[in-house]
Amino acid sequence: MSRSVRTSARRAALAAMLSVPLALGGAASHAFAADEPVRIGMVTTLSTKAGYLGADVRDGFMLAIKQGGGALGGVPVELLVEDDDRDPGKGREIADRFIERDGVRIMTGIIFSNVGLAVMPKVVKDGVIYVSPNSGPSQMAGKGCHPYHFNVAWQNDNLHEAMGQYATDAGLEKVFILAPNYPAGKDALAGFKRFYDGEPVGETYTQLGQSDYAAEIAAIRDADPDGVFFFLPGGMGINFMKQFHQSGLGESVQLIGSAFSADHKLLNAVGEAAEGMLNSAQWSPDLDNPVNHAFVEAYMAEYDAVPTIYSQQGYDAALAIGAALEATGGDLSDLDAFAAALKTAEFESPRGPFKFGVNNFPVQNIYLRKAVMQADGTLRNEVQGTIFTDQVDAYAAECSME
Amino acid sequence: MLLFVEQVLNGLQLGVMLFLMASGLTLVFGIMGLINLAHGSLYMIGAYVAATVTLHTDSFLLGLAAALPAAALTGAIIERVVMARLYAREHLDQVLATFGLILFFNDLMVILWGRQPLFMNVPDALAGTVEVLPGAPYPVFRLVIIAVGLLVALGLWYLITRTRLGMRIRAGASDRETAGALGIDIALLYTGVFALGAMLAGLAGAMAGPILAVEAGMGESILILTFVVVVIGGIGSVRGALIGALLVGVVDTLGRAFLPDLLALVLDRATADGAGTSLSTMSVYILMAAVLVWRPKGLFPGHG
Repeated sequence: MSRSVRTSARRAALAAMLSVPLALGGAASHAFAADEPVRIGMVTTLSTKAGYLGADVRDGFMLAIKQGGGALGGVPVELLVEDDDRDPGKGREIADRFIERDGVRIMTGIIFSNVGLAVMPKVVKDGVIYVSPNSGPSQMAGKGCHPYHFNVAWQNDNLHEAMGQYATDAGLEKVFILAPNYPAGKDALAGFKRFYDGEPVGETYTQLGQSDYAAEIAAIRDADPDGVFFFLPGGMGINFMKQFHQSGLGESVQLIGSAFSADHKLLNAVGEAAEGMLNSAQWSPDLDNPVNHAFVEAYMAEYDAVPTIYSQQGYDAALAIGAALEATGGDLSDLDAFAAALKTAEFESPRGPFKFGVNNFPVQNIYLRKAVMQADGTLRNEVQGTIFTDQVDAYAAECSME
Repeated sequence: MLLFVEQVLNGLQLGVMLFLMASGLTLVFGIMGLINLAHGSLYMIGAYVAATVTLHTDSFLLGLAAALPAAALTGAIIERVVMARLYAREHLDQVLATFGLILFFNDLMVILWGRQPLFMNVPDALAGTVEVLPGAPYPVFRLVIIAVGLLVALGLWYLITRTRLGMRIRAGASDRETAGALGIDIALLYTGVFALGAMLAGLAGAMAGPILAVEAGMGESILILTFVVVVIGGIGSVRGALIGALLVGVVDTLGRAFLPDLLALVLDRATADGAGTSLSTMSVYILMAAVLVWRPKGLFPGHG
């Protein structure tokens, strides 16, 4: 008796828990009407180890809305945010729900290209404007470019290419290159080699998610390079940099990489072993222009944290959408007109000069940054110079748009 | 040749780390018949506590001193609250429940410490490198890990074969009812063994903190290799765990280090790199399959 009572009580509790989100979902699904704020759907990665990337994109985007008083370009907006869990299937489900349930016509937010490739080509075909704040796979930049698809961050290869150019310019004759054995890792090394004017002394693919790099570090010591280029996002990069420093190689070999291995959150988890690391990015918190000073100050006041490139990318995605909303008066009935307004959108990006190229990917500068120890004992990236000016990505020529 | 020596040392160091994990897992698996997927969470807790205490006190030893009881205590609580209900259940239920624990602990770490990985450095006294052979510098801290692991192996061997407690553990493992009838408090014994295994996982985590990223989910990557070690060594055998761990560590490291170059002798460079990387990923599983064909119950079946 008592057992069955307990079971049924548990069932009731379970049913209650299940029904709460349903009820909330129901409340959010009231019909779409023209006088309501423009809904923007953000599919992004908030959970998993890489969750801070999506959180920063969201926070940057929210900051722009807040600065506009709940509006972008003077048009009231409502941001719907959902976590894709880094899962392409889940990302697609959320996108479908945004379109069908919420009547969303503008989407943004995706961090990882595996999710991006499942969602972006599909939603632009379904008549949605997609503005990518991060993921920029070659498939969307070349033959698969689409008038409704935009990217405000970079094409995936850009930052790696910049480091290849840097290695050439700096006269690094012997460079060892290293990336995980998966598509983005191969693209990173290919991007680096596209602009590196020499033959790497060693090229190693590691396991995805690998934590111990002792074997690779021994091979690097054996190859005796003057620089190591690595693309090991997240925890992999922390492991590698710590172990590299402990091996004593850090004193004679320069570590170079892209911003993906060197945002200040990663740098500070590595500590002094990351000091002096050179990396490439389209933006840096100390980039010297008035728009950027205002952005960093506002971001730190709002979130009590230094913005990352992901924060800046989220912020710019919002500014770009805002500029197009302003030009069209918030009218989304003619998406071709909206896309045209977005393509020529002029907004003041914290990164400085920015415009969309033929394939709707950025034409922008890429800067060299260095991890410098601050007075308070934390590491921060500081701009050292410009590697590329008005860089156009390698796939733009394959895009048939004008 | 120097490179080979260095890579063998790297393999031993990875092996010792795996042994610290596998010894606890194999005891729990062999003695209580329990599959504990959450063993990696105890490793993570060890690393988090060690990193936090080290950061605040500037002392790695204090960090270590806090991490061990924290992991042991968490282990004891898990055993009493969750595992004690699972002994009579099927392995599938155990897998499900302990998988739930993984999710629980990963999210708990995010709630308590945030998503940003923690910083933990090698203690100053153990920083730097020594030349193990002329011209082959090796990080001191990794040598210390090897030494600690071998000491733990010696200590466990002594505990299990030479002490009264060890006798009870062996008795509880081979015949639970009879041991209970002879007056051994089985419930307490199980809690103790589980806490001991948890403490060793915590030790591994604390030692790994200065080398690896201390972040939520860090336990899963080592957990899979640990299971491979337990299966190769023979379930329930601490000696098997030691031999299996060193084998896996050395095979995995040497595979990663030399397979692409070896294949390049017969294939062209690009193909060799691709095939070598893929093969080295598989090497420990091939090793496991080979051992199981030769000895279906692992190298040292039973308890030893």
